[in-house]
Amino acid sequence: MAVVFERPKALLDVPFHYCPGCTHGIVHRLVAEVLDEMGIEGETVGVCPVGCSVMAYDYFGCDMIEAPHGRAPAVATGVKRTNPDKFVFTYQGDGDLAAIGTAETVHSATRGENIVVIFINNTIYGMTGGQMAPTTLPGQVTQTTPFGRDPQLAGYPVRVCEMLSTLTGTAYAERVAVDSVPHIREAKKAIRKAFETQKNKKGFSIVEVLSTCPTNWGLTPVEALKRLQDEMIPYYPLGVYKDTTAEEGNK
Amino acid sequence: MKGNEALAEAAIRAGCKCFFGYPITPQTELAAYMAKRMNKAGGVFLQAESEIAAINMVLGAASTGVRAMTSSSSPGISLKSEGISYIAGSDLPAVIINVQRGGPGLGGIQPSQADYWQATKALGHGDFHLMVFAPASVQEMVDMVVKAFDKADQYRCPAMILADGLLGQMMEPVSFPEINPDAYDKSSWAATGHKGERAHHIINSLYLKPDELEKSVADRFERYAQIKENETDAELYLTEDCDILLCAFGATARVVKSAVNEARAQGIKAGLFRPKTLWPFPEKELNEAAKNAKKLLSVEMSMGQMIDDIKLAINCSKPVEFYGRTGGVIPTPAEVLAEIKKVGGAE
Repeated sequence: MAVVFERPKALLDVPFHYCPGCTHGIVHRLVAEVLDEMGIEGETVGVCPVGCSVMAYDYFGCDMIEAPHGRAPAVATGVKRTNPDKFVFTYQGDGDLAAIGTAETVHSATRGENIVVIFINNTIYGMTGGQMAPTTLPGQVTQTTPFGRDPQLAGYPVRVCEMLSTLTGTAYAERVAVDSVPHIREAKKAIRKAFETQKNKKGFSIVEVLSTCPTNWGLTPVEALKRLQDEMIPYYPLGVYKDTTAEEGNK
Repeated sequence: MKGNEALAEAAIRAGCKCFFGYPITPQTELAAYMAKRMNKAGGVFLQAESEIAAINMVLGAASTGVRAMTSSSSPGISLKSEGISYIAGSDLPAVIINVQRGGPGLGGIQPSQADYWQATKALGHGDFHLMVFAPASVQEMVDMVVKAFDKADQYRCPAMILADGLLGQMMEPVSFPEINPDAYDKSSWAATGHKGERAHHIINSLYLKPDELEKSVADRFERYAQIKENETDAELYLTEDCDILLCAFGATARVVKSAVNEARAQGIKAGLFRPKTLWPFPEKELNEAAKNAKKLLSVEMSMGQMIDDIKLAINCSKPVEFYGRTGGVIPTPAEVLAEIKKVGGAE
């Protein structure tokens, strides 16, 4: 029988700890497919900091480093600066990248560190049980915004791609989503493009992936995908925010 | 050569391939020297956005098996403590330099030894140690940096040079020994890409199962036991017949040595015990130095921190007195001599 669909080689055959319906599995797969297609798994070092994806070191087949909360871009900088011929990526959640690790994120971008950042934006802290994230939408109920996020009290969400696209060192910034097959295909292309940007030594790349957290949103997986479409995409528009490799400028 | 610059040059000669730092007085000359020298020496110098980022860059570089270093002064070391705990928990070698200044808080910028507890007992959360070397001269800073890199690689744990603002700013003649950075084979654990030739390497400090975490810590403590057995070092000066044994480390020991000499000239049998490693603390060496002493006197640039280890090492078998200045005040030989007489050395 012909095999038409199989596990990417760069993804190990172990059970994930992720909740049912969580989209981490899709994004892991996309990253692994890109590593396979480019044939670079053996030349890649991944960095996964604290968050739901902290145990991704058991899932990706490449060499992996588990970083302190928020520090993955700094750890990746240490790896890449001393091993410029290797591919280096980080895989970070919204609390990690846009709250506790904001300084590391912004400065690795502005230095033009030649790394890839995969940024999972699901508007909530998943691992710790559903607290407000820097990307939590106004009005969104979380454990620490029990009456909905009130911007007067808790401030406004951070739009990461928009912010980082203002920095000269950022080579490529795109926001994608994994709510539908067409969007998943686009997400894959964006991740591939980010790794190609690193290969071409163009500098810092970030792919922001709008993702779901059915468990902490209190929704079924299908309802969660619908929320992503109805509430997240309007607030966080998809598209390329910066691409210094393209002829036509930036969004 | 200035102490801070000698630390940097020694690191480069010891095979340090990258330096990540953040400006802070009184260690800034070290980073400035690295900025001038490191890239020419074929390594990496990078000024990080924070102390936190700098130590995590060290973590990343060390994960790939290269010799990595960062330096700072007291408040900056506090910021690095998270990363140091992760480095220890991930069994990574790295060298951290602390050119101490007064504290707590922003404190001051003058020399201090008030980070003794932090360095030897609590440099971050969790059950771990790092090797702590305490130089007392610019030459010793050179020698100890070389040793710190070697021992960090040998035992796969972080090592610290606990200097102070006096040593960092001091100029002394120094010679660089012929250094052949010991080649430690890191291919069994370094994360440099598996090239399809081996299973993937994981640099990690997370163990969600308690028994696995306990085993990981216990394994590390077996290495610590070897370090305690093999790596203690101390200078014993005029201790054979001393009635009063002074204990001091780092720059303070130089002041105390002058006081001991003056005391001897006045007929007081004083001696000096100077630990060169603070963790592990040279307990055997102290007991040897103190065997004939009636009293001990710890002199520190703090309110009294090493004194705890002295009491523990001799199991409180003799009185241990204390004299210290803090906040950046350096004790004088005359003050120490007066203290020797006060606590009973004059009999």
